[in-house]
Amino acid sequence: MQNSEMVLQMSNICKAFNQNSVLEHVDFELNKGEVHALMGGNGAGKSTLMKILTGIYQKDSGKICIDGSEVQIEKPQDSLAHGIAMIFQEFSVIPALTVAQNVFLNRELKKSNGLIDDKAMIRKTKDILDELKVDINPKSLVSELGTGYWQMTEIAKAVSQNAKILIMDEPTSALTQHETEILFDLINNLKNKGISIIYISHRMDEIYKVSDRITVLRDGKHIMTAESSNLSMDNLVEHIVGKNMENAFTWKERHIAKDKPPALKVKDLKSGSKVNGVSFDLYQGEILGIAGLMGSGRSELVRTLFGVDPLDGGEIIMNGTQLSIKKPKDAIQAGFALIPEDRRIQGLVLDHNVRENIILPILNKVSSRQFIKYDKLDHISEALVKKLNIKTDSIFKRASLLSGGNQQKIVFAKWLASEPNILLLDEPTSGVDIGAKSEIIEIVRELADSGKSIIVISSELQELLAFADRIIVLNNGIVTKELERQDIESEEQLEQAVQGL
Amino acid sequence: MSTSESNLNVKRRALGLNTDWRQYIVYFAFVVVFILFSITLHDDGFLTAGNLLNIVRQTAIIAIMAVAMTFVISAAEIDLSVGSIVALSSLTTALALQANLGLLGAVIAGLGTGLLVGLINGLLVTKVGIPSFLVTLAMMGLVSGVAMWITDTEPVTILDETYVAIFGSGNLGAIPSLLIWLLVIVTIGHILLRKATFGRRTLATGGNQSAARFSGINVARIKLYALMGSGLMAGLAGMLYAGRMHSGRFTFGTGDELSVIAAVILGGTSLFGGVGTVIGTVVGAFLIGVINNGLIIMGLDVSQQMIIKGLIIILAVAFGKKQLSN
Repeated sequence: MQNSEMVLQMSNICKAFNQNSVLEHVDFELNKGEVHALMGGNGAGKSTLMKILTGIYQKDSGKICIDGSEVQIEKPQDSLAHGIAMIFQEFSVIPALTVAQNVFLNRELKKSNGLIDDKAMIRKTKDILDELKVDINPKSLVSELGTGYWQMTEIAKAVSQNAKILIMDEPTSALTQHETEILFDLINNLKNKGISIIYISHRMDEIYKVSDRITVLRDGKHIMTAESSNLSMDNLVEHIVGKNMENAFTWKERHIAKDKPPALKVKDLKSGSKVNGVSFDLYQGEILGIAGLMGSGRSELVRTLFGVDPLDGGEIIMNGTQLSIKKPKDAIQAGFALIPEDRRIQGLVLDHNVRENIILPILNKVSSRQFIKYDKLDHISEALVKKLNIKTDSIFKRASLLSGGNQQKIVFAKWLASEPNILLLDEPTSGVDIGAKSEIIEIVRELADSGKSIIVISSELQELLAFADRIIVLNNGIVTKELERQDIESEEQLEQAVQGL
Repeated sequence: MSTSESNLNVKRRALGLNTDWRQYIVYFAFVVVFILFSITLHDDGFLTAGNLLNIVRQTAIIAIMAVAMTFVISAAEIDLSVGSIVALSSLTTALALQANLGLLGAVIAGLGTGLLVGLINGLLVTKVGIPSFLVTLAMMGLVSGVAMWITDTEPVTILDETYVAIFGSGNLGAIPSLLIWLLVIVTIGHILLRKATFGRRTLATGGNQSAARFSGINVARIKLYALMGSGLMAGLAGMLYAGRMHSGRFTFGTGDELSVIAAVILGGTSLFGGVGTVIGTVVGAFLIGVINNGLIIMGLDVSQQMIIKGLIIILAVAFGKKQLSN
């Protein structure tokens, strides 16, 4: 496995946009058959470095060597020609075409009469998939496969083009646990074939599972490179954020008044095939964590509470009154707010500015006779931007121009503006960097301290343990375990509960 | 979806069964409507050879344009200018014949008109970056205006018997020349979409433009060619109108873009790009043709036909939208 043959060497890479320096003398090396993790917060320069490698941007200065000889990468085609392939997060294959058609897209094999030879393409795709030990039928339409397999189709495509360097950017963000396992097996097979992988992810556990070495960038500078096995997680986090962040991830015991009746009582909640009779209480000021594997019904549970999924049975009782929630509007009126899993699709209008996004749920409150009172809105928006420390030039900047962490904060701001009693958070920190993550955790704590009740779903147990006062574990749509935070001694203990051991 | 489920779908497709019944609804609807009219309008002569050939003649020109439109829509673009191109090319063809430029001159004039408008459409969409909806909407007005202006709204009569025989009026034995044109265009279109790289790239472009670009596909060129093809076939359609009517006239093709787009969408091509079928398009065109014909036999006016055509499009798009959300 240990092979020190260097396939890629990027040295002294500099890049600036309008005098704004994004990369300063960055070095990066990749060995044959190595998985090299590239880490850093949003704006650290990871994407810029990769865009230079893939020919989307041009470096201002520096040197790129492949297999020991210097190369010029001026456009994406140059990068492909040198065996570098980027595996995009998702939506990079064409769903309406089959796996084989995607693998050979724009390089179709042809018969002697010039027409496409589908049979040959299917055969060759099957060979590649077999070699990578991936169980997909080349004739399947991509749209029929789970998103995890979309990425594998993309990888098969890269391999068929003889790629020797694969760049994976947050490859697991759209994958279920099971699909992630399959991807990691695939990465191992790729390594055995001598293919090198640059792996970008915010998820610490994955990085340790999959990478041989880790390089950290911060503010456009190379901070360190080390063997994964020689680097502790605390140390790594410190390098990424540049200061000691342990406070954010340390649980603080909070006092919850449980002598009063619960703020929310859910009895035997049922919806579709995913929520099969869930009951729990939520007290005022409490942070209730929901743990469970993908498909355990976590998201469906909060979607049902919020009136997105139909309520097929059970009761939702808020402060003693039974609610009838048939649509999200009912839930909002009752005082619920949902911060959804996929903020880009469900949480934000990316083309609108920060203010327009924040005011969406409160338009009625700040309008008189259908006319919007803009001065009042500016005031509310400014206050929330300040409160949540959203990094934006002004409230008139387009949401799409902000980083993932700041986008997520806008979603928070949006729902805080509506002054809800109960916040439902579905993976509130997915895809945000560790700095923003700790800020979001802090925001959630402050909200709970101010008397709001919070239900939070997270796949990252470490995060859940950092802020939840109580955790319920879901499995197949029912609560299989309920744990007080102080009774949980370690992440392993929670992991075992989640796995149903 | 699990791999085993998708394997099942592969098998079902191999047997000609599609998991998405909507793609086949046009065939089903065609058969149902045809049988319905055969029974209810039997005494009015719906099923006679003469009437059936009439349907073919009325539908062939729309179907030819719809084949090209299938590529445009598969690439997630639209061409609203086809109807106006028909008018202009019928006139340029007639004028070329009147000027004694011969058969070849007429063909160059007619097809050239369509190709030129298609080229302008394509360049405005790909180079200037205006959405095709706006470009072709504006072009529809512009070209219609030119068509009215060049002869001051006067029709131009065609006396060349060879021309009218080849383009639309003649028969080869019992087969109308229009049907032969249709078969040729459909065959080329079907192979181009299903078996040639151009078709695959068109579907990829419409299915996911950024993925197509990252696969090295020149997305702009695909769209340019699709719009040029649409213009070219609208030019041919104008020539066939001219041949059939023995004249060029600025009113030819008015409103045809509606029928053409309806045929494509009814046929199962996704208005959102990425999914397209030439055979479905032709059946879609004939479905509209049969309905039109049946309504005429029933004695409905043009106004009522237009209302029904509009309703059909709304229904077809509603189904197409469902397909997307699924």
